[in-house]
Amino acid sequence: MINMANDIPAWAAILVIFFLLLGSFIIVVGTLGLVRLGDFYQRIHGPAITITLGTGSVLIASMILFSSTHERLVIHELLITAFVFLTAPLGAMMMMRAAVYRGRRQQQRDESK
Amino acid sequence: MKLALEISIYIALISTMLAIVLCGIRLLRGPTSQDRVLALDTLWMCIMIFVLLLGMFFGSLIYFEIALLIALTGFVSTMALAKFLMRGEIIE
Repeated sequence: MINMANDIPAWAAILVIFFLLLGSFIIVVGTLGLVRLGDFYQRIHGPAITITLGTGSVLIASMILFSSTHERLVIHELLITAFVFLTAPLGAMMMMRAAVYRGRRQQQRDESK
Repeated sequence: MKLALEISIYIALISTMLAIVLCGIRLLRGPTSQDRVLALDTLWMCIMIFVLLLGMFFGSLIYFEIALLIALTGFVSTMALAKFLMRGEIIE
């Protein structure tokens, strides 16, 4: 099913398989944390693993695979890595601040009743 | 070796699909709005990983640009939704 122009060397294939399996395991664990954990403040820690480590290992696997099949250095996946690693903390910080503001507003509403 | 590579890409695709389903469960169930925004953010990331894996599966470099666009759109939508949750308006 995979259209490969030429066969890839064994060490590259082993590296790609390792990073793919690691990445898929980490992705499932992170989203399982999103479903299973109890509170919003605990729940925000689960997807952080998915976003950073899972994406990172899949991107590394993609870089190794395309570099070995195209027989040149294919590293434009680093763009996605840089973008995701820059924006994930920003999004988490904004969501966290929104949750804190909403919790405080809810508390004030409950006290004024 | 090629068969093992193919099987590992299949495993990664299936586990990413499982992750998308789990995000969907949290998106439908989430007790508060911020839980739903968090689930949506994770859903964007999982879909981006899925598109990257599809690119590896078909051996094409074009899928990379789709993944980059999905990452950009996901970030903007997460920021807008979080800002909306905080104040009730997006641009003050």
